[in-house]
Amino acid sequence: MLEIRNLHACVDGREILKGIDLTIPAGEVHAVMGPNGSGKSTLSYVLAGRDGYKVTEGSVLYRGQDLLAMKTEERACLGLFLAFQNPVEIPGVTGVNFLKTAVNAVRRSRGQSELDAMQFLKLARRKAKELGVGEEMLRRAVNTGFSGGEKKRYEALQMALLEPKFMILDETDSGLDIDALRVVAEAVDSFRSPERAMLVITHYQRILDYIVPDKVHVLAGGRIVQTGGKELAVELESTGYAQFTEQAA
Amino acid sequence: MIDTTPWLDALHQAARVRSDAAGLPTRRDEAWKYTDIGALGVASFPLAGRPQGSLPTVAPLTTDALQLLLVNGSLQVLPGAELPAGVVIGRLDGKASAELVEAHLGKVIPAEAKSLAALNSGLFDDGVLVRVGAGVTLERPIEIVSVGQAGGDPLAFHPRCLLVIEDGGAATLVERHQGSGRYFSNSVLEIALGAGASLRHYTLQDESPEAVHVATTGIELAAGSRYAGMLVQTGSRLSRHETHAALAGDGASFELDGAYVGAGKQHLDNTTFVTHTAPGGKSRQLFKGVLDDQSHGVFQGTVRVERAAQKTDAHQLSKTLLLSEQAEMDGKPELEIYADDVKCGHGCTVGDIDETALFYLRARGIDAETARQLLIEAFLGDVLEKIAAEPVRTAFAAVVGECLKGAHATRRTNDHHQG
Amino acid sequence: MDGIEQVRSLTDQKYKYGFVTDIEADVAPKGLNEDIIRLISAKKGEPEWLLEWRLRAYKVWLEQTEPNWGKLHYPPIDYQDAYYYSAPKRKDGPKSLADIDPKLLETYEKLGVPLHERAALAGVAVDAVFDSVSVATTYKGKLEELGIIFTSFSEAVKTHPELIRKYLGSVVPYSDNYFATLNSAVFTDGSFVYVPPGVRCPMELSTYFRMNAEKTGQFERTLIVADKGAYVSYLEGCTAPMRDENQLHAAVVELVALDEAEIKYSTVQNWYPGDEQGRGGIYNFVTKRGACRGRASRISWTQVETGSAITWKYPSCILQGDDSVGEFYSVAITNNFQQADTGTKMIHIGRNTRSNIISKGVSAGHADNTYRGLVKVLPKAQGARNRTQCDSLLIGNTCGAHTVPYIESRNSSARIEHEATTSKISEEQLFYARQRGLSEEEAVTLIVNGFCRDVLQHLPMEFAVEAQKLVALSLEGSVG
Repeated sequence: MLEIRNLHACVDGREILKGIDLTIPAGEVHAVMGPNGSGKSTLSYVLAGRDGYKVTEGSVLYRGQDLLAMKTEERACLGLFLAFQNPVEIPGVTGVNFLKTAVNAVRRSRGQSELDAMQFLKLARRKAKELGVGEEMLRRAVNTGFSGGEKKRYEALQMALLEPKFMILDETDSGLDIDALRVVAEAVDSFRSPERAMLVITHYQRILDYIVPDKVHVLAGGRIVQTGGKELAVELESTGYAQFTEQAA
Repeated sequence: MIDTTPWLDALHQAARVRSDAAGLPTRRDEAWKYTDIGALGVASFPLAGRPQGSLPTVAPLTTDALQLLLVNGSLQVLPGAELPAGVVIGRLDGKASAELVEAHLGKVIPAEAKSLAALNSGLFDDGVLVRVGAGVTLERPIEIVSVGQAGGDPLAFHPRCLLVIEDGGAATLVERHQGSGRYFSNSVLEIALGAGASLRHYTLQDESPEAVHVATTGIELAAGSRYAGMLVQTGSRLSRHETHAALAGDGASFELDGAYVGAGKQHLDNTTFVTHTAPGGKSRQLFKGVLDDQSHGVFQGTVRVERAAQKTDAHQLSKTLLLSEQAEMDGKPELEIYADDVKCGHGCTVGDIDETALFYLRARGIDAETARQLLIEAFLGDVLEKIAAEPVRTAFAAVVGECLKGAHATRRTNDHHQG
Repeated sequence: MDGIEQVRSLTDQKYKYGFVTDIEADVAPKGLNEDIIRLISAKKGEPEWLLEWRLRAYKVWLEQTEPNWGKLHYPPIDYQDAYYYSAPKRKDGPKSLADIDPKLLETYEKLGVPLHERAALAGVAVDAVFDSVSVATTYKGKLEELGIIFTSFSEAVKTHPELIRKYLGSVVPYSDNYFATLNSAVFTDGSFVYVPPGVRCPMELSTYFRMNAEKTGQFERTLIVADKGAYVSYLEGCTAPMRDENQLHAAVVELVALDEAEIKYSTVQNWYPGDEQGRGGIYNFVTKRGACRGRASRISWTQVETGSAITWKYPSCILQGDDSVGEFYSVAITNNFQQADTGTKMIHIGRNTRSNIISKGVSAGHADNTYRGLVKVLPKAQGARNRTQCDSLLIGNTCGAHTVPYIESRNSSARIEHEATTSKISEEQLFYARQRGLSEEEAVTLIVNGFCRDVLQHLPMEFAVEAQKLVALSLEGSVG
């Protein structure tokens, strides 16, 4: 599904990713853990194609195609979904309008017919209900005035509507209490399937209790410094990242 | 009288030609739409001569102040204390620190036609020069007191000050305007802040009730410099205080707050022009006014952000309380934006005291008048408490408090007559 | 709006109303003088008093000077180098739609304004003004049953002279300002609406203005009177062919609302804006003013200004009646070399008068967009309230956005609140939308539509859709 080779990337002229190698086959969930400033968020932004994140070396193959050559929205239409750490507020733009526009963009790219307003509402209501998202959230402006938990649930709702193939969860656990985390994480975990893959970026192990990874990678100083099974996450929880930061420095 | 130098003569001459040809601005000029500067006949006030007789003494606001005293625009008293190295406080005569003066005088505020600053440039014959050298922090505040003394006949004077703080220097300036009788004071203060320099500037306009007060302050801010100003207006019959700030260096910071209290037939005008020409600048303005009787308040504030001034963060707010049926307020906050990556805003409110708050206080047993007074004081206190120097804050608050009490007393008398 | 597809299909086209209708016209000689004014008046068979009124205006105009306080730059206008009257030729006035030149009907079909009543937009009665004259008014019969007069101005002068005489110039006097005075002297046609006491007009009334002839100014005049307790919603749309030279449009709109009456006036102004280099386009100098004369009356202006090379326009409310309400909701979008100086005046005279202003300015390309507004509270306006929100959005770093409010309070019990902001579309918002699959242009359109939502929601449904499309169209090429 995703093959990252020797990926180097700069932000504001400073090299943050210093040669990442990572392969995630379909059906697997990989976790990338690391200390603050190790390049976790940079990795997610580079994969999603944010302006200002410059790839200086390396390649990324996504579903057999050159991911780095694609525009942000093309990547999204091909099923790459980034669940943001801090979803931005967009005042005045209603959820219905925003989501319908996005869903139809993705459907169009898949050669599916577009949904009209009624069809879309029906779908959105169903998905919202499944995820326990209040219908009024659809009518409100995107993320505007939402609590931390609401924002993350809203991200999960978008995931359900857009039906992505590859999901990146960027610190989805941040700002959530344990109950909210469980709700969101269980929702995300339910998207697991043999055709899908997932990259869970996190500082803490606790989200991995709900989304159990097939592999865990430790990112430090812009490189993957260790790879292991799910037990590595538990180990890190007790030992911390200090050993790796020293190693990277 | 200052001994002039050829270039200073030329400055005088050029400014005189410009202001003579153009005359005083009128209400037909957009910038003077709300203030009729010629209404009280100032154009015919004769120029003040040298002050006669004994000098007034003015107790400094802070005991450690380096006080300068100007009487009718001429510099009478300079601080006697020894100054730290790199600090010059003296007469603006074009000879002392000639290069410095030539580099800045008349440059911070360009003498535009029909401006009162041009009139000053043409007519000033004495003034103050302050220089704080690079990296020097002047701990003691400088206090410039301008006193107008008019006897039976009206007179006019044009005080001039130049303050230069070189790179990394820091100082505090207290500026006071007061006096007695009928006079026209048209002062100009030019301030040049070098890179990383900083100035705290507290101004109290408490002129004679018959005075016409016009002041033009120009501030030029180099990279990383900081200006924090407080402007309190309580005095004069008619006043116009104009501030021109140019944030010309990257990351400069400008903050100006104002409080004013108008009563009787007072006309108080606060006009500001803040221009951001370099990136990353920040400007903040908060003006609050209380207008009673038939007083008239004006707030005009232009914030201009030029194309190069990306990442500018500018905000301005004017709030006014009208306490009487006949009081008037005119506001014209203006944004002129040519750069896209900026955060700019302004707000302007005019109204009377919040009825809900008034009710709440009264429900706790406070009588209506006291409750009003409390709320008005709180309204202005919000601005005054931003004065960092404690003695200055106390002194300014005392003047404002007296004015509010005065306004309060008049209203009570009026109420009584009506009742 | 049905999603992206529609926006996409729209963004692929340039100014789609830029075609010219080849139709024989009855044109008065070029230039402006008393004889031309007499000719216009004679062509319309006007009564003597109206001709006198026009001539008085003309004399005043000769003494007036063009206002220069707007933040607008354009070369001097040669008022002698224009035609002041042009009308499609016909033998007699049209008795019914069947008598209208088929070419004209076709023109309006192309503009999306079908004049056939059968095919007409459901519930919208249309008065179409082509160059200088009104060519058709639909649904006349149905409105007449309710006592509502909706007709061309010229016809109203003949059929209801007492109403015209009473209200013409009563809100915008003939000497009001340079452009209104010019209009008073040379206005050729326009619409007249009168809604009798207690009647709620059951359908939207609409005028569609079309400039077709070359070098012709358009000077229409609209007068709407809502009698006690009446209600009317009025829509105005405008287009013009693409031409290299600038054409002048100087209209006057007067609204009168009596006790408890309500007038909603909505405009989608899409005159030709000129090309990417700033060549051509309409000079739009318009005086619009409403008088809330009666107690508890209400006048609401909603405008979407996307067209014209120059826009100079300040739809205003004179709040005379106690408890009257004035509203101004505006979206002004300027791109390329367009310049807009627009806003409102709210004059509070009566007690407990209220006004609400929401202005959204979007500037792109090399355009300049200025909000200019006056809120004035006079001494007798006890308890007056005003709330103003002005937001500006800049797209790119070669345009300008300006806010110039004038706030004048003469009453201590009045409360005025003004707030303005200037910002750009954040990179974060754009990225977020693009990450979900929207193209940059779609994302910008979506966000700008969101930015304008507070205003667009005040438009009647038929116009709201068109307005959203216009937002997309007028921002074309502003991104990337």
